[in-house]
Amino acid sequence: MDGIDMQGVGSSPHRLEIMEKVTGSAEYIADLSRPNMLHAAITQSTVAHAKILGYDISDAMAVPGVVCVLTGEDFPDGRMGAFIKDEHAIAKDKIRYFGEPVAVVAAETEAIAREAAKRVIVKYEELPAILSPEEGLAEGAAIIHEDLDSYIKVFPAISSGNMASYTELNEGDLEAGFAEADLVVEGTYDTAPQAHLAIEPCGALADIDKQGRVTLWSANQSVFRVQANVCESLMMPMGKLRCLTPRVGGGFGNKMEPHIQPLVVRMTQATKRPVKMILNREEDFECVRARHPFKVRCKTGVKKDGTITAREVEVLLDCGAFGDDSPGVLGYSLLMSLGPYRIPNSKASGKLVYTNKLRFGAFRGFGNPQVAFAGETQLDQIAEKLGMDPLDLRQKNLIQPGDVWFGGGQVASNGLQECVDKARAASDWDNRKSRTAPKGKRRGTGVALSAHISGLLGTGAIIRVFEDGSVALNTGAVDIGQGSDTVLSQMCAEALKIPLEKVSLASPDTDGSPYNWGTTASRVTYTTGRAVVGAAAEVEKQLKEHAAQMLECSEMDLELRPGGIVGVSGSDKEVSFHQISLRAHWAAGGPIVGHHTWVFNQPTIDPKRAVCSGIPFPQVGVFSFGCLIVDTLTDEASGKTEVAEAWSAVDVGKAINPSSVEGQIVGGFVQGMGFALTEEMVWDGPKLANPTLLDYKVPTTLDTPYNIHSIIVEAAEPDGPFGAKGAGEIGLVAVPAAIANAIADAIGGHVHSLPMKPEKVLNKMLEIEDAT
Amino acid sequence: MSQPVTLTVNGKTSDVSCGATTTLLTVLRDTLALTGSKRGCNQGVCGACTVLVDGAPMRSCLTLAANIEGQNITTIEGLPEGGDLKPIQQAIIDSDAVQCGFCTSGMILTAHEFLQRNSNPSIDEIRTALSGNICRCSGYRKIVDAVALAASRGGA
Repeated sequence: MDGIDMQGVGSSPHRLEIMEKVTGSAEYIADLSRPNMLHAAITQSTVAHAKILGYDISDAMAVPGVVCVLTGEDFPDGRMGAFIKDEHAIAKDKIRYFGEPVAVVAAETEAIAREAAKRVIVKYEELPAILSPEEGLAEGAAIIHEDLDSYIKVFPAISSGNMASYTELNEGDLEAGFAEADLVVEGTYDTAPQAHLAIEPCGALADIDKQGRVTLWSANQSVFRVQANVCESLMMPMGKLRCLTPRVGGGFGNKMEPHIQPLVVRMTQATKRPVKMILNREEDFECVRARHPFKVRCKTGVKKDGTITAREVEVLLDCGAFGDDSPGVLGYSLLMSLGPYRIPNSKASGKLVYTNKLRFGAFRGFGNPQVAFAGETQLDQIAEKLGMDPLDLRQKNLIQPGDVWFGGGQVASNGLQECVDKARAASDWDNRKSRTAPKGKRRGTGVALSAHISGLLGTGAIIRVFEDGSVALNTGAVDIGQGSDTVLSQMCAEALKIPLEKVSLASPDTDGSPYNWGTTASRVTYTTGRAVVGAAAEVEKQLKEHAAQMLECSEMDLELRPGGIVGVSGSDKEVSFHQISLRAHWAAGGPIVGHHTWVFNQPTIDPKRAVCSGIPFPQVGVFSFGCLIVDTLTDEASGKTEVAEAWSAVDVGKAINPSSVEGQIVGGFVQGMGFALTEEMVWDGPKLANPTLLDYKVPTTLDTPYNIHSIIVEAAEPDGPFGAKGAGEIGLVAVPAAIANAIADAIGGHVHSLPMKPEKVLNKMLEIEDAT
Repeated sequence: MSQPVTLTVNGKTSDVSCGATTTLLTVLRDTLALTGSKRGCNQGVCGACTVLVDGAPMRSCLTLAANIEGQNITTIEGLPEGGDLKPIQQAIIDSDAVQCGFCTSGMILTAHEFLQRNSNPSIDEIRTALSGNICRCSGYRKIVDAVALAASRGGA
């Protein structure tokens, strides 16, 4: 097999499912159907905060073709939630945000279901709506969750009133650190809510068998989280629900925790028929989840030579109506709030406050882009005051190999220096001032550095050797479009030295797959990859046990040879996986199945080093790094900014599939660019005012520069699979900050608020003009 | 009120029963089971539902089925000829220009029609041609490269 391309680690085979996707035959949730299937639609609340007094479903039931209408009264009292179990499957007793599902209608067609859903009448007693965290914290504020104290929490939550959680991290001596500083800069920075806008809206399809067992397909990032959330909220035994996944049309965090899956499951239980529901775009905007708006107060002390002595960060997060992943986002944002720098004296604290808005939750970056926007903007402001080059200031304070992270967590691999060096060289940073702008535009160049984790929680892999010597890989990890099916198969092929085509990948299934917490936290390549390598090692061991008996030699003398062969070292004696597997199936030893499961277990906090409270995850992850440099052009008349070119250097440990890594870097950049420049969910009172693609602007090809340069850096993670660590989020984290710094370079002042829309930039330009 | 409408889709003529407000996308997906055209926004913005009507790209979510009787409709399912992928489909594969795939059908049909009009496009012309199709995963770079690759191979 020498010379044959095995398409293993480090090569870029095409996606396993590519033919489906270019011919339109890939099946997403909306493309599935079952015989005798009903279609469901939701009734959404028309107030933000209210007690539910009762329902009148008679008009809805009277629509021909309607089969069933369910309201909160028809749902069990179970509560779900990743960190705080505060959420029913549907509004029950209370409405907590405008647009919240209050009833579900099932009918023979989707059109009938939607028509009937408009006719469900809910009687409310309105309560004062809390529309900002400040309002939620005010004395005498209406309380959104009266039973917060009694809710189950999976971390040591500090909660009271409308405050869902409070988290704090301290290291060193903050006062002494600021006292040591020659310059202290303080500022506040705010970021807007961003919609994930996976092009596929959320949907689900459930069917029930004669034993009452439900099978559920849905757009999701984890069949296992779907199972847990549905079973918690509907108070079902987990064995009564099997969760599967079709192809998923993008996620970015939106599909990690529940959307309408519990509603569809309850409806199939009630009707004993298959039920499908697909949200329309407006509903997807209004009642799934979005990126948290942040208010960040950041204060940094430095010496004259640029050495940072102290930083204090305080954040205020809008939680929305339910906890969802928010306590995690709060804690993680604080953990990342120093950036990848040595800062000996620090305090980071923050509050997460319930409001009467849709839940905010996980979104690529998980709170990190918001604090990076504050911290990296502030570093440029410091560099300006010190008369230092912004990159030189960062260089002086860079976290070094061997350093630990804020809180004391280990950083085993660190390719940040190489990222900085490569981005600096590729962008010709040192000659940036010589670049000119077209008439009427101002050119700016900005830099921002970033770090991000990959890790968290439990994962597994099972590899079974078929009779013909090829293998089935089963991990339960959902490929949401980023390419993990291909990457995990490549790792399996590499570990067993077989061609990629000899690996068949099982679709995630809660009945048959090993547990996988989810496709989130940039974790699949790193955590599931480790499970794949572990399972492959187990398979190799079993193969060698058989081969030793077949070849009458010691297992120690055996080696894997390319192409599915076990041979005796230094000899031409060998047997194929096929021969071994036949023996295992029919003669001796039993079929070969290798498995490996593990849970990420490196501590986030070293209690000897840091004093912390309210930490949502005690074991977070390994670190990826990035250096991003962007060139922007700002229109002098309108303030409109476009990105002209970008250089994104990212340390991913090892690029298992370099082309897919580029896809993550460039895709992450453009999603971050939308967050930086145009994207903003806007509320008109309690109601989301722009839940459409006409009014919510995501970047198109014309808003996106062609020249986004991916620079892959590979500082191997010692315990990573083939050295790999995550690549999914790191490419987005620094984007708003780098663009903000480029705009400031162009116009001479910083905009402290995302998105940096033309009017904000223009106002800043006018303010600067007025001042001079 | 439903009425019979005769539609020619991918060379095959079908009589479908639909209302005056029924969109082509609904007929394609729900009646003809051609689910390669995707519903991303149902508002004519995202481009995932793009089909060709008499060779011109159209948003099937905004096109009333009753208005296009007698016209030739091509969906992604009908694009390959004699089982062979079109050059743009092969170029999308070779450029790794697919992630989640939900925008891909619309992208391919838009690019296919564009390349028939412009066989030697500049990068900026490609960017302009694709500007009505939103992709949330890729950042567009590899899609633009795929269109350029198909053009360099002389195909559409």
